[in-house]
Amino acid sequence: MLTRLLSGDTPRSGLLTALLLIVLISLAFAPFLFPGTKSLETAARICIFIVLVASYDLLLGYAGIVSFAHTMFFGIGAYGTALALSTTGPSYGALVWGTAAGAGVAALFALAIGLFSLRVKAIFFAMVTLAVASAFAVLVSQMSWLTGGEDGLNYKIPRELTPAFKLIKAKVFDVSINGKILAYYLVFFAAVILFLVMLRIVNSPFGRTLKAVRDNAFRAEAIGYRVVWYRTTATVLSAVMAALAGSLLAIWLRYTGPATTLSMEIMIDILLMVVIGGMGTLYGAVLGATLFILAQTYLHYLMGVAAEATSAVPVVSTLVAPERWLLWLGVLFILSVYFFPTGIVGRLRAGRA
Amino acid sequence: MAKEHPILETRDLTIRFGGHVAVDHVSCAFERGTLTAIVGPNGAGKTTYFNLISGQLSATAGSVLLNGEAITRLSVPERTDRGIGRAFQLTNLFPTLSVRENVRLVAQAKARKGFDLFSVAESHVELLERADHVLAEVRLSDQADQTVSALPHGDQRKLEVALLIALGPQVLMFDEPTAGMSVDEVPVILELIKKLKSDMDRTILLVEHKMDVIRTLADRIIILHNGALVADGEPSEVIALPIVQEAYLGKAPASSGEVA
Ligand SMILES: Nc1ncnc2c1ncn2[C@@H]1O[C@H](COP(=O)(O)OP(=O)(O)O)[C@@H](O)[C@H]1O
Ligand SMILES: [Mg+2]
Repeated sequence: MLTRLLSGDTPRSGLLTALLLIVLISLAFAPFLFPGTKSLETAARICIFIVLVASYDLLLGYAGIVSFAHTMFFGIGAYGTALALSTTGPSYGALVWGTAAGAGVAALFALAIGLFSLRVKAIFFAMVTLAVASAFAVLVSQMSWLTGGEDGLNYKIPRELTPAFKLIKAKVFDVSINGKILAYYLVFFAAVILFLVMLRIVNSPFGRTLKAVRDNAFRAEAIGYRVVWYRTTATVLSAVMAALAGSLLAIWLRYTGPATTLSMEIMIDILLMVVIGGMGTLYGAVLGATLFILAQTYLHYLMGVAAEATSAVPVVSTLVAPERWLLWLGVLFILSVYFFPTGIVGRLRAGRA
Repeated sequence: MAKEHPILETRDLTIRFGGHVAVDHVSCAFERGTLTAIVGPNGAGKTTYFNLISGQLSATAGSVLLNGEAITRLSVPERTDRGIGRAFQLTNLFPTLSVRENVRLVAQAKARKGFDLFSVAESHVELLERADHVLAEVRLSDQADQTVSALPHGDQRKLEVALLIALGPQVLMFDEPTAGMSVDEVPVILELIKKLKSDMDRTILLVEHKMDVIRTLADRIIILHNGALVADGEPSEVIALPIVQEAYLGKAPASSGEVA
């Protein structure tokens, strides 16, 4: 049953299984295990980024396609939901059709970019996605009458998903069960389902064919696979998943703007998370996203503690000053790539007895 | 009517790379159920001729016909669908995947299941069985779970042949299948080719240098030289031709000599 749910793609390493279970349990019980607004924000971000990073890995790790337009698709999903909610009010209907429209537009964009540029060299596709994504970001900030420009959009979501709504009077483990917690579980369960769907896709005949295309497109053609169709379909699927992750973010934040969805910085973060976790294995997305977001959120806090502790030692305390957290994140990244060139998952699987 | 046409035919097939004509007006028809050996020195245009037939290269002029129908403008996978299959001279596999997965992917392509998104690949037992069956035929069963890139060269050559056998097309083109194999592996592959030949539906084109192999397997030999077809006929006839003796067999004894 469990193996069926995982499409036969079990973690195949004791330590990896343990780590994944820790992440799953922590996220599943986050509101009770880590009470507080900030930790719930972090948990929701991790859920959303697991989907986003996994959808990118579908493209990069499985199909071997480098795209810089992933945040564009993420943004299209977020803006779809945001625009629907802000123009027609906080109904579930608007939430659903906005999300569906975002996914649909993302699919059409991906189809167009794929058919236009995947026939040619892979590097051409990478360049086209970079150009289109940059143009899209400019367009969104220019069309402020629609998108709110750089300020983005603030909107209401259905009341049952907001802190104002109380599901039950009593507290559970000292936590009041309000709409925010319901919203968290919406994000959590949606992320679990989307992840399992992607796990099925990569283990399907289609997913196996993607790996063949990545390994040797020339031979894949010679045994009868239409490589362009496979690459284009992978691009579309990955874009739809990214858009759905964007919609989850839009629902969770009740705000959508260029900085939270479209920025190149997020694109680079996604790339780092895929590489740290391990390309071509969706479990890598889980660990990569979790570790990266934890580091991003808590590293400067930890460094603040470290700076305090070492305040007597001049050079060290400067080095661990909280403003240098980005430097240390870079160092962590280089170390992880150096020691785990196949990512954490690759390392764990290779190390099994 | 399909019966009137040779299964495969090339008419004035030509390709030019800049000033160099690599295949020069080659007209040749191949009958169903025959094995034709294609002989010629390195650089004669044998591999290029194959590339023109299976579609990796587009002809500058001339045409390729399958069952009398022009396929010259079709893409590689379209030609594969119609029944043209190819093994490559330079090993051309899926290096990060397992040996079994390489063959399974061919069986999956043949079963047209590549666009199945929602079933688990491993649940298609018939594809796995087909892969294991072919691996047993080429004596690679013990290596089925190994990653291809870790395989010794000889085993990679066997897998190259296995992929073509798994595809099982009407027209099979082997490009120096035994090159780089150790002496004890060569007979396995030759037996397989012989077995494919005895299946009357298969038409085989074989680029091979070993004259004794050609003598036992081929119904016919064609000779390419500087891209042009210079001789065509029964093995004994062609081998006896003075130009062949001179140009390709040289002073070596005709019974075991290697061509170029
Ligand atoms: N893609 C190509 N571009 C330019 N020249 C090529 C190309 N492919 C083959 N050739 C040339 O065509 C000639 C025939 O090569 P090939 O068909 O590989 O010979 P063979 O297989 O008979 O040894 C050679 O001179 C080779 O350099
Ligand atoms: Mg050759």
